[in-house]
Amino acid sequence: MENEVILIGLAGVLASAAPVIFATIGETFAERSGVVNLSVNGTMLLTAMAGFVAAVLTKSVVVGFLVGLIVGALVALLVAFSSITLKLSQVAVGYVLTMTCRDLAYFLGNPYVGIEGVRINVVPIPVLSDIPILGTLLFKQDVMTYLSFILIVVAYVWIFKTRPGMMLQGVGERPAAAHNRGANVNRLRYIYTVLGGALVGISGPMYSLSVKAGWQGTISGLDGIGWIVLAITIFGAWNPLRAAFGAYLFALLQWLGLVLQPVLTGIPSQVLQAAPFPLMILTLLFVNIGDAEWVDRVLAQLPEGTRRAIVRIFRALRSQPPAALGTPFERQ
Amino acid sequence: MEIEFRNINKTFGTVRANIGIHFSIPAGTIQGILGENGAGKSTLMKILSGYILPDSGEIYLDGELAKIENPADAIRYGIGMLHQDPLDFPPMKALDNFMIGKPGSLFPARREAERAFLELRDQFGFTVDPNSYVDSMTVGERQQLEILRLLWLGVRVFILDEPTTGISAQQKEKLFLTLRRLADNGNTVVFVSHKLEDVEALCDRVVVLRRGELAGQMTPPYDTDRLIEMMFGKVIKLDERLPCSATDQLVLRLQNVAIDDYRLQIRNVNLEVRCGEVIGLAGMEGSGQELLLRACAGLVRTVGGRVIVNGKDLTGKDTHSFMRHGVTFMPASRLEEGLIPGLSINEHFILTGEQKGVFIKRDKAKSYSQNKISEYSIRGFPESRVEALSGGNQQRTLLALLKEELSLILLEHPTRGLDIESTIYIWSKLKERCAKGAAILFISPDLEEILQYSDRVIVFFSGRVSPPLDATLTNVDQLGQLIGGKGWEEIFEKEQVGVSNAAQ
Repeated sequence: MENEVILIGLAGVLASAAPVIFATIGETFAERSGVVNLSVNGTMLLTAMAGFVAAVLTKSVVVGFLVGLIVGALVALLVAFSSITLKLSQVAVGYVLTMTCRDLAYFLGNPYVGIEGVRINVVPIPVLSDIPILGTLLFKQDVMTYLSFILIVVAYVWIFKTRPGMMLQGVGERPAAAHNRGANVNRLRYIYTVLGGALVGISGPMYSLSVKAGWQGTISGLDGIGWIVLAITIFGAWNPLRAAFGAYLFALLQWLGLVLQPVLTGIPSQVLQAAPFPLMILTLLFVNIGDAEWVDRVLAQLPEGTRRAIVRIFRALRSQPPAALGTPFERQ
Repeated sequence: MEIEFRNINKTFGTVRANIGIHFSIPAGTIQGILGENGAGKSTLMKILSGYILPDSGEIYLDGELAKIENPADAIRYGIGMLHQDPLDFPPMKALDNFMIGKPGSLFPARREAERAFLELRDQFGFTVDPNSYVDSMTVGERQQLEILRLLWLGVRVFILDEPTTGISAQQKEKLFLTLRRLADNGNTVVFVSHKLEDVEALCDRVVVLRRGELAGQMTPPYDTDRLIEMMFGKVIKLDERLPCSATDQLVLRLQNVAIDDYRLQIRNVNLEVRCGEVIGLAGMEGSGQELLLRACAGLVRTVGGRVIVNGKDLTGKDTHSFMRHGVTFMPASRLEEGLIPGLSINEHFILTGEQKGVFIKRDKAKSYSQNKISEYSIRGFPESRVEALSGGNQQRTLLALLKEELSLILLEHPTRGLDIESTIYIWSKLKERCAKGAAILFISPDLEEILQYSDRVIVFFSGRVSPPLDATLTNVDQLGQLIGGKGWEEIFEKEQVGVSNAAQ
């Protein structure tokens, strides 16, 4: 029985990581093309609200997700237009947008706070859901969670195994070389930024229609997750598989915060709830620690064998951004 | 394919890069495009390869008007360009670089591509490994990779922009053989260079550009003086070997220095550098010379041995300690590590200058900058932004920024991409520093330059470091052998003999 409870909890971890996976992979696409979309946090809040309201008004979750997708894509289009066409600072535009979208979400969503909504259901997959352990874990989920599994694989294959995906890597790495190989750099950047925004836009309604169903305004508990998404994108080294690992790690930490609450009575519950955020940032700090000069200096004093072993670990952890991330491309 | 330029014009801001360029290149030849820095060679070639668009003018291929609006169009016409800094993707594998941009199905056939890669590679006797990462390859290998890629795309006109910059003598020899073969197979090769000897050794015909205009054409036999006159508009004489001004006073002592890189290990380097001495570091890119030079500046940490500057042990200290003891480092990448793009020449002098206090006295600084600008004959004004200067003038600016009393100057590719006039000038200024007692260590891929200007030469081969060789007793052939990893036993034997003689 005890085991069954833990298993259901872990299945919940997979489900609650699903929106983080959608948003992180969306951001990974945009950043792979060289555009930082800093508006993720605001976009997630705005689309959570908009998707929820649309679903309530039309009584259709599909419409809710579609609205989220479109709103997310539109915000990303703004980022793309201002950074690619107008060549404004991606950081400034993204930051202003994230603030604006958040306030818009709270303001426009105000009349709908706390009302009864719709939500998507768990759809166990016949036969597969009867497999012991794995069945409960993977095959008694809702549609969006299944889609998140598929998205991880598709995104990975697209970026690393397909012809357009390799060009995408090239565009973010060295746009001049991609241009030289016949790519229309700025058009590709538009496409991937908007596509990424659409994926981020789907992640919002995944909260309001599933993981944390409903709209509670400022106490929805969604504020901040978008920033974690940006951190996980870096932690994931712009690789969907590693990003998914980061998303699951984050969801697991959140779940542990809840589960451990009754056990660790000495610690205020707020601390446990907030802990996953700094923990995620801390892991991020270690990813590129091998590049720091002082680490180099400390390492230089160690005996050769130890030094080589540590250097190897640092190199494996290392997360190198696409070299042209955040820089506009102009063909002269 | 016959290529004809008709009245090509291109302007960047206020600079007229190409003015009414009009000439044609017959099929199956090696056409040289000669000119000093900023003459408009690269611009013209980027226009031919679709990388940039001309303001006006047409290109005719085999007598027909060609519409080349982007690099993809150019490839369709069979025109491919190897850029001066190869346009590849450094963190990716050679094979990925080879495949990106090749049209085809959604999932590229890796195995097929690898087979084509190896086939073409063996056909041309290249050595690039399809599974090695580009950032671990030499410039020469990256060029080979680009040539293979263009061949696979079916290119028949190969444009090479300054391909002999940054590669070793052997790699150059190999490159020239390859280009000859390409031309013999009926391809057209366009060879862009500011190096007279390369153009003369390789090309069937030459056009010279000067300040955006066609200055003349020539076919063999080449008249070097006439070519120089076309390039610069005046006659320039090459330098004699400058005298050595070494004294007995030691500036730098390396004792059993060891350096580690994830690719390379350097062990037991012992070296004594005296005041006024010039030491050239030769080797293929990435053989360890960059590491040693940076270690002497405190930019790379040594893992063993001692680094002693002016009698003071600076082992393990940071680069600012080295600077305080009169060491200065001039990096190869002028705009990335040397100068600050966006700031004017004047502001550079203010930043490096001795002005005290919070507020800047611009007028005072300006007259100082003006003096320096005329002293170093920099083509620019105190207000000119450094990124707007040509490569040669950026290098002059860097030299002008050096402090007055220096004991050790470390230079990475001091004359990379500079024309003869600037090269001669830069070295005359550096030798002045030597006469004042500074010692110089420099890296150059150009063996002629190393022999011309150094007193002693150290050769690097994948982390191995030769004892210093007397520059007057060695020659390009020996250095070329050593760089390629041959003839090392001999110099070490000689060294042993020398040591035992000294012991007796």
